Amino acid sequence: MIEAENLTKKFGDFVAVDGLSLSAPAGQVVALLGPNGAGKTTTVRMLAGILAPTAGRATVSGLDVARSPRQVRQRVGVLTEVPGLYLRMQAMEYLDFFGQLYGLGASQCQARAAALLSRFGMAEAVDKRLSEYSKGMRQKLALIRAMLHDPQVLLLDEPTSAMDPQSARLVRDAIAGLRDEQRAVVLCTHNLAEAEALADRIAIIRRGRIIAEGTSAALKSQLLGPPLMELRLAAPLDGLLPGLAQQVEVIERGDVWVRYRTENPLAENPRLLRWLAERDADVVTLSEVARSLEDVYLRVVAE
Amino acid sequence: MLLRRELVDTLRDWRIVAPIIALTLFFPLLMYLTAGAAADWVAKYGGAPIIGERLIPFLLMVVGFFPLSFSLVIALEVFVGEKERKSLEPLLASPLSDGQLYFGKALAAMIPPLAASYLGIAAYLVELKVFLNWQPPLQLLTLAILLTTAKALVMVSAAVVISSQTTSVRAANLLASFVIIPMTLLLQGESMIMFWANYAVLWWILAALLVVNVLLVRMGLQIFDREELLGREIDELNPRAVLKNLQAFWLRVELTGPVERFTLWRVYTRDLPAILRRMRGATWSVVLALAAAMFVGVLYAAPYPLPANLSPRSLTMETFSNTPAVGFLPSFTIGAVLSNNIRSLLLAGVLAVFSFGSLAVVLLMAPIGIIGFFTYQIAHWGLDPLLFLATFVLPHGIFELPAAILATAAALRLGASVIARPPRMTVGEGWLAALTDFVKVFVFVTLPLLLIAAFVEVNLTLRVVLWAYGAH
Repeated sequence: MIEAENLTKKFGDFVAVDGLSLSAPAGQVVALLGPNGAGKTTTVRMLAGILAPTAGRATVSGLDVARSPRQVRQRVGVLTEVPGLYLRMQAMEYLDFFGQLYGLGASQCQARAAALLSRFGMAEAVDKRLSEYSKGMRQKLALIRAMLHDPQVLLLDEPTSAMDPQSARLVRDAIAGLRDEQRAVVLCTHNLAEAEALADRIAIIRRGRIIAEGTSAALKSQLLGPPLMELRLAAPLDGLLPGLAQQVEVIERGDVWVRYRTENPLAENPRLLRWLAERDADVVTLSEVARSLEDVYLRVVAE
Repeated sequence: MLLRRELVDTLRDWRIVAPIIALTLFFPLLMYLTAGAAADWVAKYGGAPIIGERLIPFLLMVVGFFPLSFSLVIALEVFVGEKERKSLEPLLASPLSDGQLYFGKALAAMIPPLAASYLGIAAYLVELKVFLNWQPPLQLLTLAILLTTAKALVMVSAAVVISSQTTSVRAANLLASFVIIPMTLLLQGESMIMFWANYAVLWWILAALLVVNVLLVRMGLQIFDREELLGREIDELNPRAVLKNLQAFWLRVELTGPVERFTLWRVYTRDLPAILRRMRGATWSVVLALAAAMFVGVLYAAPYPLPANLSPRSLTMETFSNTPAVGFLPSFTIGAVLSNNIRSLLLAGVLAVFSFGSLAVVLLMAPIGIIGFFTYQIAHWGLDPLLFLATFVLPHGIFELPAAILATAAALRLGASVIARPPRMTVGEGWLAALTDFVKVFVFVTLPLLLIAAFVEVNLTLRVVLWAYGAH
């Protein structure tokens, strides 16, 4: 659905995006993470056919963004960083205007708008002027605008910013639903938990370049090392420790606990448990120490 | 769709609608009272009623013009206002083409004020008919409506250009003085013409406004750019970047080619041929304009024959040494001729910048028109016009004319670069590239040719003329 190869965008001497390569097949959500000014929005604008790349190439639904920008714009749904609504309009009137811009017939547009408004819990607010909407409602309406023409590709810039937790959850569920409908979604976000929960793949971007890319698990393994396990016993370790150190690579220890790294938890953890059982050690828990995407992100960006 | 939305949105804003309605209805009444008072005042002191009568048509134009000031406010808002309100990006992300966006916005900015303007004119005419039993001649009414429409077109086109090129409404409003000042000056000019009652001049003004409008629309479309609208956050004057660009263009043979070492040999063997290729269209345009100027000169010579005592047969050496008295040249020397020619062609470059290049061509058309005028007079006096051209023009003209044509063509390109920028360049880059070409042509072609021409004109032309026409 989306293929970008060596995509570059310069504004005068300033390089906003520098040789970025990215792919988002149908049914996948790809998250772009990065600090402010990293080039996420410029990347989205290029993929949306709004800005022309200075170098490199990108195709969306098989269409070259530089050669066929209008057709690309017709096929993608873009949620901009700021909702950018016309505040004197009402929701249906607003959606009708954008539906017409995307070539929807009046009845088709009305039906689609009504369904989406209802799905996002906005049906009650259709008669209000948009100026009366809360921040979250405006963001939801902007998302409905992006989905109105049923695009196969969605480019979402900060979709849940300014939303209350309930609305954010609603939107996240909707994005997950889009993946199930075999659409390709590129998601720019600062919300690392959201990226981790939604994205099939995560690309961390800094100064216009992708500096790390992969699944959340792969990124953690690649950047934070092998999984860290924590073993807790019912009694102090004491005499067990020398033997334990021969079984696994101990990183930290306490009276009744020990942490170790393992490249292969599937094989090493059962073996360790068997070894402990043979010595009648009472195991309370053996679990992986949680490592967040935030750790990965902060490490990568700091580097 | 876009036009309809914009119109509906505009008409929902009471801050726009209320003043339009109030002024549309109130202003004609005020003008009617002014016209009546002026006519009475003139009559009271026994003045010619014609002054009062001439005021009425002028106020008709004023009534039409006044609501147009709103077109500026709306048009200045259309792009930059939306950009500030952050509602532009969803529109730019839609499948609308640049042309659709541009025209939709421009028409939406024009229709409400123009409607208000027509309404104002209608209200004023009704009041004049009812209270003074006065109705305008058909020509005047047609002119008032057409001029009002043309001014609205020009103001909106210019304001939309400003709106699409600035990054804040404040900056757009500041730049709007470049629209409102010429337009008020034009209105003052029209008032004088109204009192003079020379409606033919108003038709010419109408034609000029339409030409300016076509140029502005073309310029607007050329420089309207999604990239520029989204890519620029602040209007920054960056002298270092300008100098860097100028240096790059100076060192390049082709506009987008590599930077190369600058040598005189390179300039004459590669740069100048490349520049001549680039300005081929401009050069032909200048040549055609000069041919037209020659024709117009000849055309105007027939109804205005000069007395025979001005015939070149009466020329003497003193005629040339008396040039300071005529006011054309401080003295008939190489330095004076050369500096006069350089000044004129540099002025062409400066004027070109403010007139899309057109005034540079007009400046050169003037002397060519005069040559055409005198060529006809020569024939009228029974002399050989070809001999006149061969003696008065040809000796130094061989050098001076190509120099002037090329400098003017480069100036035309410089002025027109804002409405016809080279591909893959911003307006600023296109302008700097055209400026560099102008400087190269001026320094390496025009200046040497003008120097030779001045030398020939002072030393050879003078003698050839005196020899040919038998004077001493």
